Amino acid sequence: MNVDPITLTVIQAGLQQVCDEMDLTFSRAAFSPVIAEANDRSDGIYAAEDGALIAQGNAGLPVFVGTMQYSTRTLIAMIASGEVSSPEPGDIYIVNDPYLGGTHLMDVRFATPFFRDGKIFCWLSNTGHWPDTGGAVPGGFSASATAVEQEGLRLPPVKLFKRGQLDQEIFAIIKSNIRVAEQRIGDVQAQAAALLVGQERLTALLDRYGDAQVSEAIAELRSRAKTQMLACLTEIAPGTYPATAYVDSDGVVNTPLTIALTVTKDEMGLTFDFSGSSKPCLGPMNSVRATTLSAVYLAMRHIFPEVPMNAGAFAPLTVIGIENTFLDAQYPRPVSGCAAEVSQRIAEAVFAALVTALPERVTAAPAGTSGNFALGGHDPSKGRDYVMYQISGGGYGGNADHDGLTNGCSTIGISKAPPIEIMEQAYPVLYHRYALHEGSGGAGAQRGGFGLDYEIELRRGHAKASFVMDHGRFGPQGALGGGDGAVNRVTVWRDGVAHTPEHLSKEQDIPLLPGDRVHVQTPGGGGYRDPLSRSPDLVAEDVRLGRYTRNQAAELFGVVLEDAAPTPDNDQTQTLREEKRATQK
Amino acid sequence: MSDTSQRPKAAVAGIDVGGTFTDLVALDAEGAIKLAKVPSTLQNQAHGVLNALAAADCKPSELSLIVHGTTTTTNALLERNLARTGLITTAGFRDVLELGRRTRPQAYGMHGRFVPLIPRDLRLEVAERMDSDGNVLVPLDKTALRAAARQLRDAGCEAIVVHFLHAYANPRHELEAIAELQTLWPNDHITAGHQVLSENREYERGVTATVNACVQPLLQRYVQSLSDTLATQGYPGDLLVMNGNGGMVSARHVAKEAAKTVMSGPASGVMAAAYTARRAGIPNVITYDMGGTSTDVALIRDASPSVSNEIEVEYGMPIHVPMVDVRTVGAGGGSIARINSGGLLDIGPQSAGATPGPICYGLGGTDPTISDANMLLGRLDPKGVSASSGGTENKVQHIVETQIGKPLDLTATEAAAAILQVANTKMAGAIRMVSLSLGADPRDFALFAFGGAGPLHACALAKELNIPRVLVPARPGLTNALGCVVADLRHDFVQTINAPLQTLKPTQIAEIFTAQEAQGKHLISNENIPTTEIENHYSLDMQFVGQTHLLRVPLTKPTTSPEDLQALFEAVYRKRFHVDLNEVQAAVVNVNCSVIGRRETLDLGQLFDPHKRKTTLKDAQTRTRDVFFDTKWHPTPVYARDSLPETFTLIGPAIIEQLDTTIVVPPGDHVTPDHDGNLIITIAGAT
Repeated sequence: MNVDPITLTVIQAGLQQVCDEMDLTFSRAAFSPVIAEANDRSDGIYAAEDGALIAQGNAGLPVFVGTMQYSTRTLIAMIASGEVSSPEPGDIYIVNDPYLGGTHLMDVRFATPFFRDGKIFCWLSNTGHWPDTGGAVPGGFSASATAVEQEGLRLPPVKLFKRGQLDQEIFAIIKSNIRVAEQRIGDVQAQAAALLVGQERLTALLDRYGDAQVSEAIAELRSRAKTQMLACLTEIAPGTYPATAYVDSDGVVNTPLTIALTVTKDEMGLTFDFSGSSKPCLGPMNSVRATTLSAVYLAMRHIFPEVPMNAGAFAPLTVIGIENTFLDAQYPRPVSGCAAEVSQRIAEAVFAALVTALPERVTAAPAGTSGNFALGGHDPSKGRDYVMYQISGGGYGGNADHDGLTNGCSTIGISKAPPIEIMEQAYPVLYHRYALHEGSGGAGAQRGGFGLDYEIELRRGHAKASFVMDHGRFGPQGALGGGDGAVNRVTVWRDGVAHTPEHLSKEQDIPLLPGDRVHVQTPGGGGYRDPLSRSPDLVAEDVRLGRYTRNQAAELFGVVLEDAAPTPDNDQTQTLREEKRATQK
Repeated sequence: MSDTSQRPKAAVAGIDVGGTFTDLVALDAEGAIKLAKVPSTLQNQAHGVLNALAAADCKPSELSLIVHGTTTTTNALLERNLARTGLITTAGFRDVLELGRRTRPQAYGMHGRFVPLIPRDLRLEVAERMDSDGNVLVPLDKTALRAAARQLRDAGCEAIVVHFLHAYANPRHELEAIAELQTLWPNDHITAGHQVLSENREYERGVTATVNACVQPLLQRYVQSLSDTLATQGYPGDLLVMNGNGGMVSARHVAKEAAKTVMSGPASGVMAAAYTARRAGIPNVITYDMGGTSTDVALIRDASPSVSNEIEVEYGMPIHVPMVDVRTVGAGGGSIARINSGGLLDIGPQSAGATPGPICYGLGGTDPTISDANMLLGRLDPKGVSASSGGTENKVQHIVETQIGKPLDLTATEAAAAILQVANTKMAGAIRMVSLSLGADPRDFALFAFGGAGPLHACALAKELNIPRVLVPARPGLTNALGCVVADLRHDFVQTINAPLQTLKPTQIAEIFTAQEAQGKHLISNENIPTTEIENHYSLDMQFVGQTHLLRVPLTKPTTSPEDLQALFEAVYRKRFHVDLNEVQAAVVNVNCSVIGRRETLDLGQLFDPHKRKTTLKDAQTRTRDVFFDTKWHPTPVYARDSLPETFTLIGPAIIEQLDTTIVVPPGDHVTPDHDGNLIITIAGAT
């Protein structure tokens, strides 16, 4: 190695800075609240020859860890084969094809070649979640789609900007195929502006440290990230670690989909074998290859956040056995659930497999659903159509250190929930409750966090409610003897009559009239270790705060509480716990 | 407005209580300066305050004004040492304070804890409901309200919060509730959400109101007891307390809006920087306050600190009242260096803190830190930093060599240089992100270095950031206390209107400004503090319809037509994002007015004792020592700051020492003093 270790560290920080500034520019200038507020976007630098990840912004949405290296790799290959026209300085390609290294159609990628002395030095790319890309339902999450064409406009890689100029003709085609098109110009400009900022900052870095030295540093950093990941993996004893996770249904056929995972640790690293998982499905709960790999990477990054993000960190992680399963769907399988839901079940399987190997580091399963409730309708008082999203979190898993967090965001997200007051300003709805989902935390020595319990009434006009959620059939898994978190529940009250979706967590277009209500209870996190070993005082405290009932304290935790104040009756608790332990064996 | 030119100069003392030290800057009636630095007494900060006054030989009876920066509320919050507080809220929504905005503390890692400020059993619900337009959907159930209040009172609550949905749109129910509570609550620690913050986000408004209530009794008791003590010692005036917005308010009123005093200390430092920078003719600065465990950064444009309504004190604790926008970044002197599992040098986030602290303190620290690297490279005087008599140089050398040098194949000296280089790179990156997120390019600013460790690193950071100049004030370690002395009276007003430009009535904004001005003027005249003039600063928070982020648009006058507003906003937007969006319509979200009562100016030149000045640079030099810059050791003159002559030009390398800090001047950088005794350092090679 010719780059000294200090310069190496400085160049590493410099590359990171370039990406962080791209993230910042994109969010601050974007129109779509999905990008501006929910940070559903990511920016990175990719290798010229194979698209391998060089650096990625720290503020990017976790689900995009690693995905753009596959889309960039595909783009490079298509340019080489002549399927896509050759890059020139100032060009920006646009692509959202899920099967070409993507996620769902709403995640739109931009990629621009970064030239030095007439040659491509690397690629800069970013992804932003557009609020709509056409298709059967506003927003793109159709729970009953059976082909990708129903999910929206699919763009192969084409140059949206040619030598710095927006191609108005291509943009016109896009605009006439998507909803709320007039605001998209702002997002397109923001997404392109982020790449321009990246170019500027990367140019400054190269001018300062020299192209040759930076190239060498990139290679060295990649090799060191691999070393670092391998060093982390030494905490895992060699062997095999199986786990299973289930998706409730595909939204069309009402049977669970199985993720069957066996993780094997050997001297080369970890192998994630998904063979035995369910076949590709009819409905939109398919994943594509790039998303499946990314889900594994993001789970590992949740476990080892200290390893820097570049292609080297992923090198010791091998994913096999996804061919012919719903984790590697091919055209024209519908895929809208891949990024928001299936990816989280994959991460859950990784956590469940590795919690036995890394009990201090890994938590029991988190709620792991994006909890997407969409309400589309017409507001007569404003004279316009609207689409409202209520995206929800849930409890996190208990862990060696503490009880799970209550109402955390999805495993793959980092966004904030919109305030109730802003939702009620923007849409004709009234919230009756926004509360803790009592009793939902999975029992454990460290219990799971609690989910959310909300109820919304339609005030005016007509509307249709759609749900793409999960964990309605099985709660988030407990770990090492902990209990599962509570399942997700959806109840729609139409004219005073309760309706539960046939698929529990998924249904499309339920018509609502004023006075009708939607009641959702999101999952709690899984419990960690034996609930009979939880401190009776902590159980009493949870009862005092109304998080569990006295009955639940006895049934789940084997704790008997004195009548007056909820303090534990130690003798009775001991007796009950002994009985419970005896029946467990 | 009151004219003070005829009166004798007031004797004034600024006292800032920090985590470690209580600092004092005072001017007596003749204009002579007094300084003191004594240990803070965190159990009861008042002792430290009195000790500082005694140490400086300031008699309260001879002072006409005492201005106080306090960490009472900040510490109470961070340590959760709070008054027992109850909440009464809209039926169905008592868990809003526990559910938060559905987040986790970090992007990666599924761990995280969050404890709400008020436990669930002290959060009670009553029937009442407004819609978002302020229409009453469910009337307030006053019987239930009284029952809830009694329940909370009987549960031992000292403070109470009333927080109803959409109270910003129609505060009627909150006002009715307060009227009821006043009849049965045993004290006046009653906070209504809309009165602290009239903004449409229930979690942020609720937390802000709750913070206010939880710290109110503590602040009230503290300022009361301090005021009483000062009065018994003969202090005739009102004790004034620094707010987080950089203005000060009377101790009589401060507890009512106690949430505003969180960030009081950092804000006064930034106000002192703004004042100093304005007098120095360098109105655009980035402040860089590096202490032992963390570093605070703020942006000052046109001598005005950037103010934010969206400070997050810690995870899940947003306080949405206008406060000086101070961001905590990167490392402090105690940040620990180590080799990570990838074999690369890493600094922080772990810190050796104040105890045991860096190895060089000699208090038992064993992890190599930034301060240790500074000592090994000759930048810090080993005798100056060590508490132990035996010296720590050998120990530092040994640990840096074995823990950092060996794995990287470097000598101890090279390893120490590497620690500084990596630390500076990371801090520079963090400062850059702060300034960019505020829409500023650091190259257009000077770096204002203070705090104990700021001047050690400032020149290296400036070079990294392409910042052309560094300003080191006269008393870098007493900057917060100085802020108390020079601060103005200040009241900030925010009103949310959320209106697209086309729906604005022609005089709507001007009318809001007029009301805000009148209210501010009234409050200032009530303070009974001499001011030289009252200034009004107008701004709007705007966005394009459909966006969520806000951009602040300063206005030079309170009356501006909608057409001009659209053009003004587009110009600000273009400057910020290099994007033209003139086909999209803009909207005004918030109307902001700051009313500032300017106080008489203070001549900062008094911060030095003229009798200590030498006539030549050579006479000010105390010794020469070897200091490591870039790749080699340089014999470097060491100067005593107090002895520096009135005018000089000095070319680095140089070390300038003073009681409260050490200033490092790398080779080639130019140092000159200005008329106030600030050092202006021009960075070699910066463009």
